[in-house]
Amino acid sequence: MSSKSGLSWLGIVPFLLFALLFLLLPTMNIVVGAFRNQAGAFTLENITNLFQPSILSAYWISIRISVASALLGCLIGFAMAAAMVLGGVPGWVRGPLLTFSGVASNFAGVPLAFAFLATLGRLGLVTVLLREWLGVNIYAWGFNILSFWGLTLTYLFFQIPLMILIITPALDGLRREWKEAASILGASNAQYWYLVALPILWPSLLGTFALLFANAFGAVATAYALTGSSLSIVPIMLFAQIRGDVLQDPHLGYAMAFGMIVITGVANLIYIGMRMRSERWMR
Amino acid sequence: MRGRRLWAWLALILGMIYFALPLIGTLEFSLRMRRGEYSLDAYRVILSDPHFHATFGFSVLMALGTIVLGVLLVVPTAYWVRLRLPRWRPVIEFLTLLPLVIPPIVVVFGYIRLYNTSSWLPLTGSVGGTNLLLLFGYTVLALPYMYRAVDTGLRSLDVATLTEAAQSLGAGWITILWRVILPNVLVAILSGAFLTFAIVIGEFVLAALLNRPAFGPFMQLIGANRAYEPAALAVIAFAITWLCMGLIQLVTRFQKHTQIRQR
Amino acid sequence: MAFLEISSLQKDFGSARVVTDFDLAVAQGEFVSFLGPSGCGKTTVLRMVAGFETPTSGTIHIDGQDVVSFKPNQRNIGMVFQSYALFPNLTVAQNVAFGLRVAGRPKAEIQATVREMLALIKLEALGARYPFQLSGGQQQRVALARALAVKPKVLLLDEPLSALDAKIRVSLREEIRAIQQQLGITTIFVTHDQEEALSISDRIVVMHNGRADQVGTPFEIYNHPATRFVASFVGSINVLNGILLEPERGIVALLGDVQVHLGRPLAGRQNDEVTLALRPESVTLGGNGGGVQLKGQVESVNFLGSVIRLSVRVGGNLMLLDGFNQPSSPPPKVGETVQVSFGAEDLMVPGE
Ligand SMILES: Nc1ncnc2c1ncn2[C@@H]1O[C@H](COP(=O)(O)OP(=O)(O)OP(=O)(O)O)[C@@H](O)[C@H]1O
Ligand SMILES: [Mg+2]
Repeated sequence: MSSKSGLSWLGIVPFLLFALLFLLLPTMNIVVGAFRNQAGAFTLENITNLFQPSILSAYWISIRISVASALLGCLIGFAMAAAMVLGGVPGWVRGPLLTFSGVASNFAGVPLAFAFLATLGRLGLVTVLLREWLGVNIYAWGFNILSFWGLTLTYLFFQIPLMILIITPALDGLRREWKEAASILGASNAQYWYLVALPILWPSLLGTFALLFANAFGAVATAYALTGSSLSIVPIMLFAQIRGDVLQDPHLGYAMAFGMIVITGVANLIYIGMRMRSERWMR
Repeated sequence: MRGRRLWAWLALILGMIYFALPLIGTLEFSLRMRRGEYSLDAYRVILSDPHFHATFGFSVLMALGTIVLGVLLVVPTAYWVRLRLPRWRPVIEFLTLLPLVIPPIVVVFGYIRLYNTSSWLPLTGSVGGTNLLLLFGYTVLALPYMYRAVDTGLRSLDVATLTEAAQSLGAGWITILWRVILPNVLVAILSGAFLTFAIVIGEFVLAALLNRPAFGPFMQLIGANRAYEPAALAVIAFAITWLCMGLIQLVTRFQKHTQIRQR
Repeated sequence: MAFLEISSLQKDFGSARVVTDFDLAVAQGEFVSFLGPSGCGKTTVLRMVAGFETPTSGTIHIDGQDVVSFKPNQRNIGMVFQSYALFPNLTVAQNVAFGLRVAGRPKAEIQATVREMLALIKLEALGARYPFQLSGGQQQRVALARALAVKPKVLLLDEPLSALDAKIRVSLREEIRAIQQQLGITTIFVTHDQEEALSISDRIVVMHNGRADQVGTPFEIYNHPATRFVASFVGSINVLNGILLEPERGIVALLGDVQVHLGRPLAGRQNDEVTLALRPESVTLGGNGGGVQLKGQVESVNFLGSVIRLSVRVGGNLMLLDGFNQPSSPPPKVGETVQVSFGAEDLMVPGE
């Protein structure tokens, strides 16, 4: 066996080759392209060109939707997970809720858009019922499913379950003795949460927020099926650019894609860093 | 104590309403095609549409291909890394997590630029090549889930001892992988496979940008042109996702039973 | 009224009665252990004193005050948990300071107390560490310091040593006892290790099926067990069944035909069955142990270090006997017939 060990790295060559050809090189190609002009020379022009109003506003609205859906997803998902784990509800709630979260967190893309159109679109069930039963016309109030809040509300359908799935183990990790030790030492419930529980959960919360942010930022299909091209968020703009070169300059497309990688990359770095921190404590 | 339980129920019930409404709304909408009464017309239209058959079949084939390629790629690698190359683990793990970091639209953008007709490997030049490229793309998307599932499965095995035991009985590498390792991580592989299926079957961006007639772009097209059929499609897609997750639950539960029996 | 007084305490979980008719009076500064098998209700009583469980009925007074209606954070009690329960996000010093911090004490006082407490547990140098950087024994000492920092009226310890390995267990229990005596703090210590309870307690409560079978000093518990359960649970014991021949003169027939004069009157009537108990160390190999002389066959020999334990079959009964190890005289072999003897006055009558 030892005679072979010098060559044992050969065993992972197929995988490395695959990753190189279909993950690393394509991405590198985009990144390098972002710093090249048509003639192939190095330039920062593509990056500076990102700072034009239409692209900046696309990034801005993308970031806002991602932050809003991640923040709300975190808050609501946390509330539901905390209700399930700490709220004293019967144990049978847990299994179905976690299974459903597994399903819903994977139910993204085109059909999710259809579901929300059928519910909150102009003829959707909720829209109609609100109008007929309560006399409330949400569209007259300025609501539109093809808008910032419409998209955010739709994204929540996979953001909340993802939060539940990730934060439940962290909540399970809060040991009953910590609460008891705090209260026997004189701490109120609020003091326990402020001084012990939240600091322990904080890395998980922040990390999950980053993950949800990246999750929303990179999503194309739901937004495209919901709004067509009427809402200019970054992935849709890039999608249109790849399809038809609407920006005329392909290198600007590279730069936009590069910007996406940077943003989701930073978000994921935060996620991984926070995860490692919380695991260190929890040993 | 009682107040806390009240708040807990309130949070759960409000959440459940948020999740139930779109499902009920979609179901109701999908039945509304015939004026004045509920009917299954939307489903009938969809299910008899030849494009539905073609695209759905195409996506199922793609999903199966992705699963096969994913297993072939991931199982030997994860096994080998655990057995012989533990130092490479962080690298491999990093690579398998990258698809979660790099948005799929960026990856496929790279494909289009790198493998176009004028490149050194003109995969997009032919239908077969493009299908292959799509397959590779899906495998990349599935990599994080596949690898994590298999690696967790391997962790609960003592890979080194199993391998040595098999070797001492004269088994070769292929035999070890096929007869010893694979059956033991089968449940992990199946979980990964069902998840992969759920992801690939409705995938939109890769298929649309590579211009392949998959189920995702078909749904999008229907959505842009029809009223009630999209809701029916959403119900079908949701049922498929639910089925895949249900199967994952089923196989993991099955594994727990067999594990107990082994002891 | 005693400093800590528990009376007629009862606790039901659903239909299961877990604690029954539990009475206990603990004097200020006393160290009392709860000893009993797993599931007998030790933790439940402790948690009722702490306020984590509400008694089904009964009262708990601390320093003259009925505390049953008080929340845990109003009781001024210190508690040490089996699993340490240190806050993982706080350093050792911050953990110790926690109780003072939530009480809003001035910074200077907190710092002084923390320093004093860390000195008490001899971990001055580790104040800046996090719990995960400490060994189990160190963590439990920090937990003790954290509980003591708020100067509680009562200190509760629920099997604080059972997660530690044997060596540390012995040294830490002595350390706990020393600190307790130094501070004069009223303490309840839960354990199911009888040696632990016997070695460090002022008094022991032996619990069985949710009741206090006996409350007494280690000496009383060991030498005058109140019930058969106490006799058999605390230390090893030989249980001998006999027939009462003459109650007023204390004459009993043992092992069929051996007449034994206890020299004191016994409760009961003639021909009643009686249970007598005898500690292994009261039985001697050879004829010099006392008036009762028996013959038997050696069934096993266990070398325990300073003590050698034999089991000898006498009549139909198996009898344990402990003797000190003496290098000059090796123990008998298995199968040998030996003579054993004991004094009739060493026979215990549980409940007497
Ligand atoms: N919350 C509860 N609900 C129902 N039954 C309980 C609860 N807590 C304890 N019990 C039961 O009460 C009995 C006494 O439990 P307790 O924890 O007081 O025992 P213990 O003497 O501390 O045992 P151990 O030495 O194992 O810690 C046990 O039979 C246990 O199953
Ligand atoms: Mg206990």
